Amino acid sequence: MLLIHCPYCEEDRSELEFRWAGEAHIARPENIAAISDEEFAEFFFLRNNEKGLTYERWRHIHGCGRFFNAARDTISDRFLMTYKAGLPKQPVPVAEEFAAIAEEKSVETWEQTEGDAR
Amino acid sequence: MAELGSHIATRSLPLSGVHGGSSMVRLEPAAPASRISLRVRAEDVPALSSALGVDLPVKPKTSAYANGRTALWLGPDEWLVIDEGESGLMTAAANSGVLHSATDVSHRNTAILVSGPGAAAAINAGCSQDLSLDVFPVGACSRTLFGKVEIVLLRTAEDAFRVEVWRSFSDYAFGLLSEGARDAAL
Repeated sequence: MLLIHCPYCEEDRSELEFRWAGEAHIARPENIAAISDEEFAEFFFLRNNEKGLTYERWRHIHGCGRFFNAARDTISDRFLMTYKAGLPKQPVPVAEEFAAIAEEKSVETWEQTEGDAR
Repeated sequence: MAELGSHIATRSLPLSGVHGGSSMVRLEPAAPASRISLRVRAEDVPALSSALGVDLPVKPKTSAYANGRTALWLGPDEWLVIDEGESGLMTAAANSGVLHSATDVSHRNTAILVSGPGAAAAINAGCSQDLSLDVFPVGACSRTLFGKVEIVLLRTAEDAFRVEVWRSFSDYAFGLLSEGARDAAL
């Protein structure tokens, strides 16, 4: 079973208690009425869907109920770190190790275009 | 006007009369209690604590007991307060004079008391949390999952737990606990 560290409960809990809540660090436009339809679609619908390191929001819905941010590797499904909501994007401690893994995988060039939906 | 005394509806618990367990675990429905779901900002916690007569714990996974009331930490700004005696919880919270949200959930929840040497094993039949004494000591509490339902788990003694569950899920929770109790005695 996957264990996820909740930054509010300060403890590793089973993945069953958590729920995914989409990509993290998406800022709402300052004046949303003024933006064009294209800009709205960009903000509202389009997501990066990155392969590899991705920043996501998660919610400890069956625990403390809090939303928090997580850095997750979508290739290995490993949680690299979690931190409280409201904090800026945190550097991942194992970034070098992660970059090495990503480089190793880079031979699969056909898959790399998958995330370029934008 | 009819005499009130004989016409007041009797309150029946969803699990009234059921009993279960095994040679290692005893399962019984808890007595009716008053409960509030409380949301308070950090700066207003002391005011609510003094109004309720029990110090709201601010450390994760802890509870506090005073004056017949138990306050359970559920989240950074959320508590479950249980009063086993005559309630007055809502009035006490309202008299605190600070901004808060208190909802009476006395009838939403019911509780199952799990006790005996196999109590932790019976709960672990449907709950993945580590219930060893050094990680989940007496007084520790947590909202978590038990099988398919959400519960609030409170350790009341080394071999006793209180399982707070929504009343419509209590049948399921009791059934799964009974199975866990049987397995714990094997």
